[in-house]
Amino acid sequence: MTHDRSPSTPADRPPGPETLRGGPGAAKPDPILVVDGLQRRFGGLVAVDVDHLEVQRGSITALIGPNGAGKTTLFNLLTGFDRADHGTWTFDGRPVHGVPAHRLVRSGMVRTFQLTKVLSRMTVLENMRLGAPEQRGEGLLRALVRPLWARQEAEITARAEALLTRFALGRMRDEYAGSLSGGQRKLLEMARALMTSPRMVMLDEPMAGVNPALTQTLLDHVRTLRDEGMTVLFVEHDMDMVRDISDWVVVMAQGRVIAEGPPAVVMSDPAVVDAYLGAHHDAPLTGSLQEDRP
Amino acid sequence: MDWSTVLTNAATSLVGLQTIVYALAAVGLNLHFGYTGLLNFGQAAFAAVGAYGLAIVVASAGLPLPVGLAAGLAGSVVLSVLLGLPTLRLRADYLAIATIAAAEILRISARSSTLREFTGGASGINGFTEPFHDLNPLPPGTYGFGPWRYHERDLWVLLVGWTVLAVCCLVVWLLVRSPWGRVLRGIREDEDAARGLGKNVYAYKMQALAIGGVIGTLAGFVYALGQGSVQPDLYGTELTFFAYTVLLLGGVARVLGPVVGAAIFWVVLSLTDTVLRGAVDEGWLTFMSTTQVGQVRFMLVGLALMFLMIFRPQGIFGDPRQIALDAR
Repeated sequence: MTHDRSPSTPADRPPGPETLRGGPGAAKPDPILVVDGLQRRFGGLVAVDVDHLEVQRGSITALIGPNGAGKTTLFNLLTGFDRADHGTWTFDGRPVHGVPAHRLVRSGMVRTFQLTKVLSRMTVLENMRLGAPEQRGEGLLRALVRPLWARQEAEITARAEALLTRFALGRMRDEYAGSLSGGQRKLLEMARALMTSPRMVMLDEPMAGVNPALTQTLLDHVRTLRDEGMTVLFVEHDMDMVRDISDWVVVMAQGRVIAEGPPAVVMSDPAVVDAYLGAHHDAPLTGSLQEDRP
Repeated sequence: MDWSTVLTNAATSLVGLQTIVYALAAVGLNLHFGYTGLLNFGQAAFAAVGAYGLAIVVASAGLPLPVGLAAGLAGSVVLSVLLGLPTLRLRADYLAIATIAAAEILRISARSSTLREFTGGASGINGFTEPFHDLNPLPPGTYGFGPWRYHERDLWVLLVGWTVLAVCCLVVWLLVRSPWGRVLRGIREDEDAARGLGKNVYAYKMQALAIGGVIGTLAGFVYALGQGSVQPDLYGTELTFFAYTVLLLGGVARVLGPVVGAAIFWVVLSLTDTVLRGAVDEGWLTFMSTTQVGQVRFMLVGLALMFLMIFRPQGIFGDPRQIALDAR
């Protein structure tokens, strides 16, 4: 799927998922990620219970919902950091349920974390280099013989430096990552994720704890990912950001997908408003959803 | 007090067998703890597997020296797998519990009367070092200069020991500067982040545990060959915790940290021992006897370690900037 290179608002973008009818489990023309019957329980609590979900290739999809809706759990399940009790899902047409996290990354799905996980006692550049896939020097025996990996290391370094420059971290390359500010850590984590050459980037609250001055920069970076052909799925609380950059919004509450559609439509959906404001806090959400929907 | 004896003892401790053994044990721990963040509290077990593997195969079974060495190394890898398989997927503390328990199980089994036929019980095994000394190219005699004077047998042990230590440091240096070592440091900093970047964390932890364990086993070989015997109580928890002390002294995650740490540790122990003994003999210290000196010097070492942690937490060689970073 191709996109115009200039940053664009969702409204004037070429035909994409936003032209589709919304509703939980809506079909997409070219889904990169398809989830079916995914369930995760913690004791008696059903943390995630998603019947069907598709994520459109090359789009920016936001995953929103009140606290405890199961967004991060869903992220952990999809990226192999947690085990599902039931369910299957495919990434790029291949079934990937039960595949360990590190192998998913190699097949092109990378994630960031809600609390940034920069590697504090490693330099910014070493953080970046670690992200590069298929390094010859990561094998135990080849590691001993520098000539076997020196050239690849140089290529990796060049790629890392280019990305650092793009994320305005070039000057920090030799600093310990632990000395970066909160916003710089978010940038580093995103840049490091790109070192894996992903096709799909999953961002868990990319704006949390970032000062407002940096927000626009981060938004631009996320848009650039899409413009470079990557699929972005992100969890976010900041509604302005969601409205600003997402092509499609998926709303979760109490572990279920209760609504999805283009941002403007979804945010005026009474079920979504209820989920956030708790208008029917004493009634089961899915029940109220069915009443409210035409 | 005879100050020349004090200095001679200190000088021999600087390069002595104990220094080599504890430096080797700490080089292995450095790979575990310093670079990968694995808490191995059973380094003594890896050393014991080496020492007993060698001694049993050579003395009891009468097989050649290389077979004994191979048996020790194979036992070490098996021990790593046994300890690592169930614990390395769990939090770091589970490995700590499993390793300290395994080390005590091995030591107590070795000294049990049931297994005396194989392990010699509490008195251990001796008479397995001749094949090693047969390889000694040095003609009989006394070698050295100044305070360092050795018979050919002792010198042979020290030469082999320091060579092994140098090779281990070289291998660790080659490994930790490589992308492989970078993955280990990534795991130490945040396992999930490394996993999230496509690294097979479990496999790397297993490799690190096995390699560090093998280096601990080499320490066991050198100890057994240098002492000319193996005794179960030499492989108690003190060995592990002294090795950690050595590691912290020298500086964690520094290739030569363990070597410097071991040298300082044993020189300081030697100095405090001879000085305190001398002081008691001279009647300067009236509140303790020479038999108490052995304990008091470890108190002083503990005190010194506390001051080190307070005033120089990164150790002698460590990077103070790393300590200054917040944990997150």
